[in-house]
Amino acid sequence: MSTTAPALSPVEGIKTRSRRLRGTLLESLANEVTGAIADDDTQLIKFHGSYMQDDRDLREERRAAKLEPDYSFMIRTRLPGGVVTPEQWLKLDAIAQRYANGTLRLTTRQAFQFHGVIKRELKATLQAINASLIDTIAACGDVNRNVMAGVNPLQSALHARIHDDAAKLSEFLKPKTRAYYEIWLDEEKIAGSGEEYEPIYGAVYLPRKFKVAFAVPPFNDVDVFANDLGFIAIVENGELLGYNVTVGGGLGATHGEPATYPRLADVLGFVAPDRINAIAEAVVTTQRDFGGRADRKHARLKYTIDDRGLDWFKAEVERRFGAPLRPARPFRFEHNGDRFGWVEGTNGRAHLTLRIEAGRVADRGEHTHLTALRKIAQIHADENSGLEFRLTPNQNLLIANVPNEDRAEIDEIVAEHHLDLYRTATPLRLNALACVALPTCALAMAEAERYLPDFTGKVEALLDRHGLRDARIHLRLSGCPNGCSRPYLGEIALIGKAPGRYNLMLGADVRGQRLNRLHRENVDEAQILATLDGLFARYAGERSGDEAFGDFLVHAGLLAEAHYKVIPVTLLEPQAAAA
Amino acid sequence: MSAQPNRILSPFSEDKLALLARLTEGLDTDSLYWLSGYVAGVAASSRHVPLSAAVAANVAVPLPATVAAAAETQVSTRLTIVYGSQTGNAKRQAEAIARDAEGAGLNVRLVRADAYNTKELANERLLYVVISTQGDGDPPDDARGFVEFLAGKRAPKLPQLKFAVLGLGDSSYPQFCAIGTKIDARLAELGATRLFARGEADLDIASVAAPWSKQALEQARELLKAESPTPRAATVTPLRSGVHAHVPAWTREKPFAAPLLANQRISARNGTKDIRHVELSLEGSGLAYHPGDALGVVVTNPPALVDAVLAQLKFDGERAVTAQGEAHSLREWLLRKREITALSKPFLVEHAKRAKNATLDRALTPEGKDALRELLGDYQLIDVLRTFAADWSAEEFVAALRPLAPRMYSIASSQKAVGDEVHLTVAVLDYEKFGTRHVGAASQFLATLPEDADVPVFIEENERFRLPADASRDVIMIGPGTGVAPFRGFIQERAETGAKGRNWLFFGNPHFRTDFLYQVEWQKALKDGSLHKLDLAFSRDQSEKVYVQHSLRRRGKELYDWIANGAHVYVCGDATRMAHDVDAALRDIVIEHGGKSDEDARDFLNQLASERRYARDVY
Repeated sequence: MSTTAPALSPVEGIKTRSRRLRGTLLESLANEVTGAIADDDTQLIKFHGSYMQDDRDLREERRAAKLEPDYSFMIRTRLPGGVVTPEQWLKLDAIAQRYANGTLRLTTRQAFQFHGVIKRELKATLQAINASLIDTIAACGDVNRNVMAGVNPLQSALHARIHDDAAKLSEFLKPKTRAYYEIWLDEEKIAGSGEEYEPIYGAVYLPRKFKVAFAVPPFNDVDVFANDLGFIAIVENGELLGYNVTVGGGLGATHGEPATYPRLADVLGFVAPDRINAIAEAVVTTQRDFGGRADRKHARLKYTIDDRGLDWFKAEVERRFGAPLRPARPFRFEHNGDRFGWVEGTNGRAHLTLRIEAGRVADRGEHTHLTALRKIAQIHADENSGLEFRLTPNQNLLIANVPNEDRAEIDEIVAEHHLDLYRTATPLRLNALACVALPTCALAMAEAERYLPDFTGKVEALLDRHGLRDARIHLRLSGCPNGCSRPYLGEIALIGKAPGRYNLMLGADVRGQRLNRLHRENVDEAQILATLDGLFARYAGERSGDEAFGDFLVHAGLLAEAHYKVIPVTLLEPQAAAA
Repeated sequence: MSAQPNRILSPFSEDKLALLARLTEGLDTDSLYWLSGYVAGVAASSRHVPLSAAVAANVAVPLPATVAAAAETQVSTRLTIVYGSQTGNAKRQAEAIARDAEGAGLNVRLVRADAYNTKELANERLLYVVISTQGDGDPPDDARGFVEFLAGKRAPKLPQLKFAVLGLGDSSYPQFCAIGTKIDARLAELGATRLFARGEADLDIASVAAPWSKQALEQARELLKAESPTPRAATVTPLRSGVHAHVPAWTREKPFAAPLLANQRISARNGTKDIRHVELSLEGSGLAYHPGDALGVVVTNPPALVDAVLAQLKFDGERAVTAQGEAHSLREWLLRKREITALSKPFLVEHAKRAKNATLDRALTPEGKDALRELLGDYQLIDVLRTFAADWSAEEFVAALRPLAPRMYSIASSQKAVGDEVHLTVAVLDYEKFGTRHVGAASQFLATLPEDADVPVFIEENERFRLPADASRDVIMIGPGTGVAPFRGFIQERAETGAKGRNWLFFGNPHFRTDFLYQVEWQKALKDGSLHKLDLAFSRDQSEKVYVQHSLRRRGKELYDWIANGAHVYVCGDATRMAHDVDAALRDIVIEHGGKSDEDARDFLNQLASERRYARDVY
């Protein structure tokens, strides 16, 4: 069924032999001699929501000590739209204390990550997560990952609807194998175990990961164009008419391989809300059948589309969909950041968006953020409270549906535990993103999360020099070119090359509609700051009105041409689409 | 040393070769020499006497034709020396006495305790027992049966017997020389006559053993000469006498300065223990060792501790002090000549005389047993000096301290794998107590060696802890903590020699993540087939504590099957608790899976031990 091009990548063989993602995981878990799992199983466990990692800070020291690397596991939840109840929050918090490194990590795809879970406790941890009515199936791996949904607090009524659509699609695209339940939750094997029918994925699953997001204009907090499949809500007079469908976004690239590149999605057409699953199935199965399976660096949907052409792709999808797609509707995004602080909702409820730096909820020094949120969750743990915790796509946290009479108490807790960065931080610090990177991420080439506070401070000092302290500039740090912190969509972005060295990327817009481009290659902090210093000087003196930094750099002609496609902003403007 | 019969040079068929291999399996040097003598006798007389007859008589190296008769006629004019030895010290002392007695023309036989036929005891006239004490007052493995027999109801009255006992031990343990004491008392209780007072040799063995041996020789000469003016019966001279041990080039008195090659911490940084892997070069020394041997390390005390002792006693380190005919500066005495970390009871007694402290005095009374145990367990010398102030003269102080004994480390390598190197696994003792830092003399010495240091070392053979001569035998190795050291050597050796038998290692420590000693090497060994099974017990990784004995019980059935099929069992590590718990676990396994009674299981293990198939290197 798949394109039988050159030799398949080794991972294809692992998937094929895996008996629907089981592999030798049980044997690997039982092996007491190592904290690792078998090589093949490291690929398969991703489909179960976990990556094997090791503390890279300790790797060399342990090698000398004749000890294996300090292996542990990252566990990521499947949490469509990123919504949990206070009760669930408390359970996840407890799991982090008992089994992980005592922190909760909020990801750029609205999931929780636990870090530092050791093999011996992996099963207990997954059982505890499932006991909180959250699972981790397909949170990683060559399948549809966590489905994102915008969290715009100004549209709380609409949010419920969009979130519901996202959750249903997530369920629809969930693998049907019982491997997860057998291995982690002690489900009895039934007939057909290992040969389950996978209507969407087939026996070998997708060539590569697959990402879906729902955006609600005018906010593009989910960075919908960075997803393989996107749904842009078209709303008229408060009513959801349907969704524009976008395809072929993806931000991963590999240093030194021009055949790999970030790509923003194309807008394919429009579908009614009741056709979400159908269009998703058509897109996913097209990628399943035509996606590259020889080179994992050239396997995402974006390459399938570029290799065969958008017209071919659209025709194939429409054939599977059973009808021509209707033309896309006009829409307009304002920005792709979060809206911080309190917002009035309906029915005497309000919503508070809190800044969580790099998404790391922890107790550190006087910044006892975990404790603060635990207190809030405990107070509202009654299942009828209606209060929700929503993870934003920008690593922040929204406390939604707070009864007006409880606002003061929450304010007090937030202030007491120094969780009020949202009130005190500069726009630069509020909007910055960073991936986890060192020491646990195997892909990282340089620091990101650990470097973010320090680097932000240094850029703030530069902004101060030029009177730009209040400029809202989107900064994104990434330890590698794979794009977890969506660095190609930062007005300023650092993409790790080596310890202390980065590619300096500049010139994205603030709406997630224009990729940035390489400005300085493989530079250190001093060079980065010197470059920014000069550009900030120009920006302070020459910008017109409220022109954003990225737009200014492009318009002033200060940047080189990007070697990859940049979506023309005007195409997506309402007036342009109508023309 | 036991050896495989050489196929090329031997006149034997395959069958006979196999029989010979079985026969010599696990025999130590003495036994092999005995056997060589016996076989030579058979050849000379060309009259075949069943071996069992010779064994029953248990005569040193008799002419087979006259075995039984000789035993009868010689017993009244013969000195018997029975020794029980764990690390080889008691054996060495016993050999020296035997050598001297033989040199003096006396009829003497030297028997390891587990080779001694206890039925003969009633006929003995003159018996010397040289025996060490292990751990918490235990006999050495080769004397367990002998000690049990003596203590039991079956022990005969011994009115005809004259005896003396030399005990060996370490006075930093509360049960110092307990086994020697017990035997000494029991022989007297059975009606035997004590010739002279029991010797209690501490780590500086010679200072007690030499005068004891001298007296032993004089007494034996007097008694045996008086009773037996006739020269002793002719005996077959074996190829090389077991009594005449070969003299190695480098000794504890004259150690080899081994260059340090590596001093690598092998426990992870956030672990509770600091364990080092130490590699030394033996290049040019001519030193050779077998897996199972120990490396003696001649240590220097921590200079900071010497300073602290000098300061505490207000002594001038530069003044010359003479003791036992040697003159050194006081600092030199404390740095290199005297034990100043571990406490000994004799020192406490001397210190108590000067301190006049009620607490200390009480600890030295029989009622103060627990307090003494605590003192010896928790306190180092410096703590006693600080806690119980006393006036010492420098000379008396030096005289009261034990000589600084070399430290023995089980060798963690095989020369077949590492060539001219020797590897050690060292637990660094370094802890806070009573508000100050405490260190172990040897581990601190090794841990803080500069990169270009030379370490004074010698090889201490351990015949009792040897891989099976028959390489097709399976081996079961139980080595928690640094007890794993010799098994690294065993597995290296078995891999290098292509041994066909399987290797099963039991290891334990507090934490998987931080204390899994040599983890990567075991993983590799499992992969390449030089290690077949590895069972782990990390005691503090779960709420209930799990130790190696739990692993053993968990694998009881398979373990018993291995043993029943001829596997050898080795235990290395802590003597006070682990070795007991492991022994109890093994006994239970034999009871459960071998369908034996408690007593039969005990006999079974004793039998294994006497066949050298259950060997322990515990400390």
